[in-house]
Amino acid sequence: MTVENASAAPRIWRKQPFIKNPLTRWGLYTAALIYLALAVSTVPVNWARVWEGLDRGWRFVQGFLVPDFTSRWGDILIGMQESLTMTVTSTVVGILISVPIGIGAARNIAPAPVYAICRGIITISRSFQEIIIAILFVAMFGFGPFAGFLTLSFATIGFLSKLLAEDIEDIDESQTEAIGATGGGWWQVVNYAIQPQVMPRLIGLSLYRLDINFRESAVIGIVGAGGIGATLNTAIDRYEYDTAGAILIVIILIVMVAEYSSGYVRKWVQ
Amino acid sequence: MLRVENLRKRYRTGDEALKGVSFSVPAGEVVGLIGPSGAGKSTLIRCVNRLVEPTDGNVFLNDLNITQLGRGDLKRARRRIGMIFQEFALVERLSVMENVLSGRLGYVSFWQSFTRRFPQADVDKAFALLERVGLSDHADKRADALSGGQRQRVGIARALEQDPELLLIDEPTASLDPKTSRQIMRLITEICRERNLPTIINIHDVPLAQAFVDRILGLQDGELVFDGPPSELTESVLTRIYGEEDWTTMRGDQDDGEDGRSARLIKEAPAELV
Amino acid sequence: MPIKKSEAGAPVWMHRTPKTRLLMWVGWLALVALFVFCWQVMTKDTIWYFVADAPRQAADIGSRMFPPKLDYMNELWGPLWDTINIATLGTLLAIVMAVPVAFLAARNTTPSIRFVRPVALFIIVSSRSINALIWGLLLVAVIGPGVFAGIIAIALRSIGFIAKLLYEAIEEIDETQIEAINATGASAMQRLDYGITPQIMPAFAGITVFRWDINIRESTVLGLVGAGGLGLKLQASINVLAWGQVTTIFIVILVTVMISEWVSAKVRHSLI
Repeated sequence: MTVENASAAPRIWRKQPFIKNPLTRWGLYTAALIYLALAVSTVPVNWARVWEGLDRGWRFVQGFLVPDFTSRWGDILIGMQESLTMTVTSTVVGILISVPIGIGAARNIAPAPVYAICRGIITISRSFQEIIIAILFVAMFGFGPFAGFLTLSFATIGFLSKLLAEDIEDIDESQTEAIGATGGGWWQVVNYAIQPQVMPRLIGLSLYRLDINFRESAVIGIVGAGGIGATLNTAIDRYEYDTAGAILIVIILIVMVAEYSSGYVRKWVQ
Repeated sequence: MLRVENLRKRYRTGDEALKGVSFSVPAGEVVGLIGPSGAGKSTLIRCVNRLVEPTDGNVFLNDLNITQLGRGDLKRARRRIGMIFQEFALVERLSVMENVLSGRLGYVSFWQSFTRRFPQADVDKAFALLERVGLSDHADKRADALSGGQRQRVGIARALEQDPELLLIDEPTASLDPKTSRQIMRLITEICRERNLPTIINIHDVPLAQAFVDRILGLQDGELVFDGPPSELTESVLTRIYGEEDWTTMRGDQDDGEDGRSARLIKEAPAELV
Repeated sequence: MPIKKSEAGAPVWMHRTPKTRLLMWVGWLALVALFVFCWQVMTKDTIWYFVADAPRQAADIGSRMFPPKLDYMNELWGPLWDTINIATLGTLLAIVMAVPVAFLAARNTTPSIRFVRPVALFIIVSSRSINALIWGLLLVAVIGPGVFAGIIAIALRSIGFIAKLLYEAIEEIDETQIEAINATGASAMQRLDYGITPQIMPAFAGITVFRWDINIRESTVLGLVGAGGLGLKLQASINVLAWGQVTTIFIVILVTVMISEWVSAKVRHSLI
């Protein structure tokens, strides 16, 4: 047991801090603290208003637990119908447009000018939130689900094309080479070497986007682009929390069903 | 002194992993437990510190019956039993020193362990152990920055940091190359003799076991079929344990690398964030 | 790939069997029919005159948007500060609530798979299904308009996101490391501190920064429903048709989002 006494002087051990340099470390801590203090102090909170609101919040919780489906059932139905049709049409159109753009935005198969243009389209589409695009489309095309359809299609393009292009860039080069070596043209390479490799993921992403489009369709109604969002907005404006609760429950249920079934289909495709 | 009496384990699936195993290990004896895969070696040593709950039977550590203990007492009993694992089981993202000190977790308060302010005696012991296993310069390295042999040395130091009265060792060399395996086995057996520790080593490499342990237990299909010194481990005994095989060629193979075990170390890539 | 014999006896290779070909056709037909049906239902109230008029409207708005009214920037610093605070404080608040939910939802750490886990999963699903803007709409009605409602809205939306990704990370941890900590006689809290936390820390930090980045985007528009930040100015400018100001706001949003994306990518990169 002599080893235990080998080191004579006691050696202090402390855990190595995540940031080694003490100056940087304490500097960062203080900066974070100062920011937090400033941020919290500039948030105006009207506690009296919040206190009053708690009562309303409680009524909303009650509305959520005991939802009222019947009194506004007609409005809910119309809103849902608009949301669902908007979701389907915009996803289909979005996919149709994003496939060529996605192929064009893949560095390994697209010529440089096409690549630049397609990447540009993707960047524009991804830069803004759906709701901002919805505002612009409503201003141009008038109120209603048609503006919503355009918004969601536009947003789908940015999402799908980007992921599709990344997928194509990641594919196994040896397969493209093999098809190219048989003397296949560009179209044949795309059809035989690339399509089989990216198809399962494209289907998966499309289903995922269908899901997202439905969720978004519940939001863009707030700015007048049709769908269940408009119904929800009205219900909340009228303080009809039980109807609002009913709408939220319907949304949650549809999202759950969509997520579950798309997960199932994705497993089946792969 | 460890005494195991009539130990049985039946899994919920109905598989009977242990069918009444009894043996005892006196202080300072290093016992090698051999047997084919699925014979119940791993279950047996995990039943001793109840990482696997035995179905029936008794395990005595000195006079304490471990199988009868409640949760709190079991924790206190586990502090006295050091364990060393096949794939090291270090907490990869903690430093070497934190891994060694984690051997004291059962002794310190949550607050002490949370702030990493261990008693100075524990820290001194940890430094001494790191020196003993030859890793004095690596105390503040992260565990995943070490090689396999170095990691197993940290694993040994962690087990010894507990001041154990018994060592349980599960396939200590299965993830190591032949040369490192011999070094690790030598280190383990030396330390056990230095400290007069009863030790059970699960090992599938028969020649390596014969070279280093004092006594061999042969487990086959949940039953002990051999108990004796390494010299008595004849070919007929090996056949009884492992089944028919040409043992002469196997001995020649001892320097081969471990087959396919590294595949188990490759973790699947995390799910993508879309 | 089915191979058939032709009448002459030579093997004929076909891409698909007649049955799968028929099924494919029916599938495609159903999809097209669904699309046409949805299109009909959706556009039955559309006023096509407005749609035909859209290019002219677009040109009109476009001409009003340029040049952007850049001196409007002076009024945007305050709302920009609010926007960043909504995202950051909202994310912090969400972390505080999401971490316990994640541990209750993960199969290997939940106290009860039968009773506690479904509740945690329900919290996650509800939070994820409802967009931050809808949370904002509700909270503005409940606790009044302003930054505070925005922070709560962002927090409520982020709980589900962070908790979901975190509990998946917890379920993926290496159990042998936990077993080793157990074997030292550690308590449950020590197991959490030494066994689980180090393993999920990188995932946790990545998820948090990722969500913060998304929250910056979302908080730029929360003002549209009255929940503070840049969106308030956007709403006000659109209401008075001040398109030059709208362009300036768009530029600010774009730059903010790009910076936050850069920061988040940088931090996540340094964590790996």
